[in-house]
Amino acid sequence: MNGIHDMGGMHGMGPILKEKNEPVFHQEWEGRIVAINRAIGAWRKWNLDAFRHAGERVPPAEYLRISYYERWLTIVTELIVQKGLVTRAEIESGMPAAGSEKAVPALSAENVAAFIARGIPAARNLDVAARFQVGQRVRARNMHPLGHTRLPRYTRGKFGTIHRDHGVFVFPDSNAHFLGEDPQHVYSVRFSARELWGEQAAPQDSVHVDMWDNYLEPA
Amino acid sequence: MNADLPPTHQLEHHHQTVPSDPALRVKALESLLVEKGLVDRAALDALVDAYEHKIGPRNGARVVARAWSDTTYKQRLLSNADAAIAEMGYGGMQGEHMVVVENTAKVHNLVVCTLCSCYPWPVLGLPPVWYKSAPYRSRAVIDPRGVLREFGVELSEEVEVRVWDSTAELRYLVLPERPAGTEGLSEEELAVLVTRDAMVGAAKVSFSKAGSAA
Repeated sequence: MNGIHDMGGMHGMGPILKEKNEPVFHQEWEGRIVAINRAIGAWRKWNLDAFRHAGERVPPAEYLRISYYERWLTIVTELIVQKGLVTRAEIESGMPAAGSEKAVPALSAENVAAFIARGIPAARNLDVAARFQVGQRVRARNMHPLGHTRLPRYTRGKFGTIHRDHGVFVFPDSNAHFLGEDPQHVYSVRFSARELWGEQAAPQDSVHVDMWDNYLEPA
Repeated sequence: MNADLPPTHQLEHHHQTVPSDPALRVKALESLLVEKGLVDRAALDALVDAYEHKIGPRNGARVVARAWSDTTYKQRLLSNADAAIAEMGYGGMQGEHMVVVENTAKVHNLVVCTLCSCYPWPVLGLPPVWYKSAPYRSRAVIDPRGVLREFGVELSEEVEVRVWDSTAELRYLVLPERPAGTEGLSEEELAVLVTRDAMVGAAKVSFSKAGSAA
């Protein structure tokens, strides 16, 4: 979707504010929502692409107003209700529904270290043909799907070169909507900065964007 | 796209009846999830502890220092980052598929995620606020030299700037240039010099003869 999250190349967002000796979490609740997201994610009711898409659907004004971890809170709340882990009534009352059965947590404290170390690989060891070769000139498709996509607007319709083939990965545009993994090659595509931004850019500069097969067409 | 999906549907505001303060809302959510047996409070404590104390840019700094000290390790790091980083004991969540790009006198790399906040957690920890902020995400791709100037990095016109937009599940770590005058330093001493920002490409690593990072 052409949402506020797709920010590459926008103007007017203000100065970059750096903080010296920044703590990992500015407030205790930030750490808690990070942890809750991981622990509830261990139920595997959704995937990272669905998580991102829920974030993209936060209304634009709110997306810019609330803090990063407030957005996580909104996303987690949305997903646990959507996937039936809790009801909206339970969120509002703060209490489990009367008579509801108590589950056994999907992630125990003893398994946290192994859970983090294992991660959630998105690569798939599958023999899927690559549609493009390193060195080939390509064009990012000019498409504007209403659902989730990881094709940034600033690249659409632009010409680039396949710099590297990263192998086969889950396709977010389908996976975010639980429509299957549709595994396909992901490439690092080199776009010259001038192709993207015109004469204002230095001629030797470039932006490398990771792109799935479905985002590209031969040029 | 899925016909069942209301694609333009935006998240609704259902939380008017619960406290607006995120601290209270998170507390209420945690209590509810624990009560329902969906999460284990001790697991949450362990997760917070891991991200607050165990996983952070010191890990990446050790990788960089090893690469500076051992040219065969550096080659492995640049050609197969996952395996080379795993040699140091790091990997996993949000760093499952790593790419390392090398800064030199001629090439300066800068990492961004314009679409969200993708960042190599196992080697750098959770991203700082500026990395996740709209100003950085919007500008890094269109004006990397201006962004770098704000970070105090002045690049000559001849230098080639390569921006890496983390749009997929590859996570990028910048191998900074080793500063002059550090030839006699041990790997441990080198690691102390390496900053988080330098491993994003938003700073250079500096060294003063006094023996501390400038």
